[in-house]
Amino acid sequence: MYRKSILALLTIWCLSLFAPVANAQDADLQAIIQKFATSKNFNQTKAIVTELAETGDASVAGVLNALSDGSVYFRKSDNQVFVVPGSGKTLELFDPLTGEAAGEAGKRDLKKVKVNNALRRSIRDAIGGLTLASENPSVRLTAANTLAANPDVEALPAIEAALERETDDTVAKRLRQAQASAILISDRSLEDKTNAVNVMTALGNREALAFLTRFEAQADGELKTLAARAITKIEKNLKLWGMGQNVWYGVSLGSVLLLAAIGLAITFGVMGVINMAHGEMVMLGAYTTYLVQEIIRNSMPELMDWSLLIALPLAFMVSALVGLVLERGVIRFLYGRPLETLLATWGVSLILQQAVRTLFGPSNQEVSNPSWMSGAFELGQITITWNRLYILIFALCVFAVLLWAFNKTSLGLQMRAVTQNRRMASAMGIRTPWVDALTFMLGSGIAGIAGVALSQIDNVSPNLGQSYIIDSFMVVVFGGVGNLWGTLVGALSLGVFNKFLEPYAGAVLGKILVLVFIILFIQKKPRGLFALKGRAIET
Amino acid sequence: MTGKLKTLALASLASTIMATASFTANAQETIKVGILHSLSGTMAISETTLKDAMLMLIDEQNKKGGLLGKQLEAVVVDPASDWPLFAEKARELIEGDDVASVFGCWTSVSRKSVLPVFEELNSLLFYPVQYEGEESQRNVFYTGAAPNQQAIPAVDYLMENEGVERWVLAGTDYVYPRTTNKILEAYLKAKGVAEEDIMINYTPFGHSDWQTIVADISAFGSAGKKTAVVSTINGDANVPFYKELGNQGIKAEDIPVVAFSVGEEELAGLDTAPLVGHLAAWNYFQSADTDENAEFIEKWQAFIGDENRVTNDPMEAHYIGFNMWIKAVEKAGTTDPDAVIDAIVGVSVPNLTGGFSAMMPNHHITKPVLIGEIQEDGQFETVWETSGLVVGDAWSDYLPDSKDLIADWRAPMSCGNFNTATGQCGGKGVN
Repeated sequence: MYRKSILALLTIWCLSLFAPVANAQDADLQAIIQKFATSKNFNQTKAIVTELAETGDASVAGVLNALSDGSVYFRKSDNQVFVVPGSGKTLELFDPLTGEAAGEAGKRDLKKVKVNNALRRSIRDAIGGLTLASENPSVRLTAANTLAANPDVEALPAIEAALERETDDTVAKRLRQAQASAILISDRSLEDKTNAVNVMTALGNREALAFLTRFEAQADGELKTLAARAITKIEKNLKLWGMGQNVWYGVSLGSVLLLAAIGLAITFGVMGVINMAHGEMVMLGAYTTYLVQEIIRNSMPELMDWSLLIALPLAFMVSALVGLVLERGVIRFLYGRPLETLLATWGVSLILQQAVRTLFGPSNQEVSNPSWMSGAFELGQITITWNRLYILIFALCVFAVLLWAFNKTSLGLQMRAVTQNRRMASAMGIRTPWVDALTFMLGSGIAGIAGVALSQIDNVSPNLGQSYIIDSFMVVVFGGVGNLWGTLVGALSLGVFNKFLEPYAGAVLGKILVLVFIILFIQKKPRGLFALKGRAIET
Repeated sequence: MTGKLKTLALASLASTIMATASFTANAQETIKVGILHSLSGTMAISETTLKDAMLMLIDEQNKKGGLLGKQLEAVVVDPASDWPLFAEKARELIEGDDVASVFGCWTSVSRKSVLPVFEELNSLLFYPVQYEGEESQRNVFYTGAAPNQQAIPAVDYLMENEGVERWVLAGTDYVYPRTTNKILEAYLKAKGVAEEDIMINYTPFGHSDWQTIVADISAFGSAGKKTAVVSTINGDANVPFYKELGNQGIKAEDIPVVAFSVGEEELAGLDTAPLVGHLAAWNYFQSADTDENAEFIEKWQAFIGDENRVTNDPMEAHYIGFNMWIKAVEKAGTTDPDAVIDAIVGVSVPNLTGGFSAMMPNHHITKPVLIGEIQEDGQFETVWETSGLVVGDAWSDYLPDSKDLIADWRAPMSCGNFNTATGQCGGKGVN
């Protein structure tokens, strides 16, 4: 049914290139659109959509898109259909065909025309052909995707015409796929079909593979062997890409581990404080992001894309301050007593969790992705999501800055001096208690900015920190206590190791295997990957 | 921070004093109701809401004049998401506070941990959450959905309305998803779905890195057959899962995800724009267009003091369970557990979706099943519902071990696992 409608739309669209269709039909279209108000179920709505699409008038694309978005309503009093894009108590109405403003109405006076997935799918298919000539490349891409997913011999001329005009590479690629799959099911010459198989092999994606597998089952002779060969080639290729994908996922998981652990690498790694409240510092950073976004959403929504950058320094300060209070108030009395420190900071972590739960409620808070962090792009056959990529870059930046601060600033020098030999440093005139406090603040602050990044991929709830504390300790111990490079290598290698295990062992067993591996590793090398030479904090 | 902590400490001190004061004043003429929900720890995210809902229901009942001429008094304890502590707190409620009934528990493991206590001390537990079935206990009333009131209809919907042929069963690794997936797998195979068209995947609690699994789902779904994901992923792991789905561009039109543990509360932490069209199966949605529901939402938001606060399915389960208990106590004329257990079977009360739910002899209730699609405003829109009410089935018909078992707590059978093949009480299960 859709094929027919796509064809009809394409024909009309071709015609319209030469002679614009007059608006004489508008009255008919209006009449069809008004039927939405009396539709009783999804099947009836679907029939109306098909009827609209079959008129082939490009001006119905607007109302169909609106229907798909769930913004077509009708007025209860007179069954008049409108497009209503906004939300709220009073709503602005627009004419479904012309898009002109048509007054306002209260939410209670309107009723929504219901849509479901099946309906959205048929709308997408119906307007697929219509929008192949759109100005907007992303709209053309949707159209090309639809045609690639539903190969149609009758649409072939239109696809080829569109392909000649196409300037956007991604769209052209999808159109070539649509063309090739349509040729394979058409009655064109063997040469054309051979070419089509080659095009599919070059594209090498899963869709092409699925199509060729189906094609191979019913083809015969030369084409069958050709298709079979193409299938093996694509499968081999995809396997290689799969390895690349695992590496990327591993690096990306590693960057999250690095972010979570890097603050701990300072407080635990350098200072030797077993800080069980480290995860809660991360959580505080995430809640700061939430608060910043709330304020921006309510007072200056245009700044939303900048919310994370604004949240970064604030999160650092909030967590660093809490860290300072924790160090001055609790930990400094417990230096050199690891068991008491562990218990005390664990208690603090519970207090912080419950305080946040009391202040903000136990449920998840919404932190949205800024537009530049949403979505994904394709690199060959790997899908890379923007948020993961930015988090990786961000983690590496934090690491670089920290390394610089440690090795090139006087504060860094003092920190290293105090941790290596406290009494000597003190004798040289360094105020060791203040250096302790500053180091702890730095570690906590870094945990806070990790929270900003983690709010983008995980839930912002009082339990956020708990899920990272074990992983963080694991990374620091594995990497080697007291060495930032160890943390980097440890985080990335654990991430990649985990992601290579996951496809074979499953997520649950994979995690267990990683823990077993670390236990064995620590037996062999108790000081981790990069053991620090010289005297540690206990001297 | 310190200032806030001090205020907090003062506030909690004040409320303790007040609670003690009201306790001494009403000690003689109240009926006590225990609330056993975690207010701290991992499950606090879901259970705190239910505690508040119970407080509201008790408050409402007291305004209507209480029960048997007495005022109701809520006794709230915090089992802190710690399963053995659930049993201790339950004992404390029944023995120490002498409560007439208890409303509580969320996870199956917490319910299993309190079962022996309720049996030993012969008290009543109303359990409001959808669960894996395979249980029927004399002292427990299951007001949430059994698998045949949620999972099976959802799969039917996807098969019939979306034409799904390939299935991903993704869940968190614990008893509810494992049992539900076992039932679903048996059901799908009975419907002629081939082994290679079912992919089962388990993840740890709080799993946050979904990249590999989402990519696997996407690859599994590109084999040319319509694919859907049936998700029994629990709690916190859902947010990163849906974020990854949205970011990898998996649309509901291509691979719909139907979830059994994602409701309005869980969606509150998410930007739902990329998720429009993904599904959930429940027995209640906040969007249900009935007068009872509008009134319930209004009262709830007024009680909690937040006009954006959402309602959800387990809250409705408590609403139904609480009203059933009230009605049964009124019918029996006493809060004595044995009398209430006898009186409650057959009791029918209005639910929030415009019908009546009744307590069945197997201690499960009748419910409508709704399938909803996620909307941009974080609500669900009902796209399908069962034409009538579905009776909760304690023992699944699709598992070989339990297909012959039935539960009936009325005399003379009085059995939670009666084997119709052997004609004897006993077999699999807790009793």
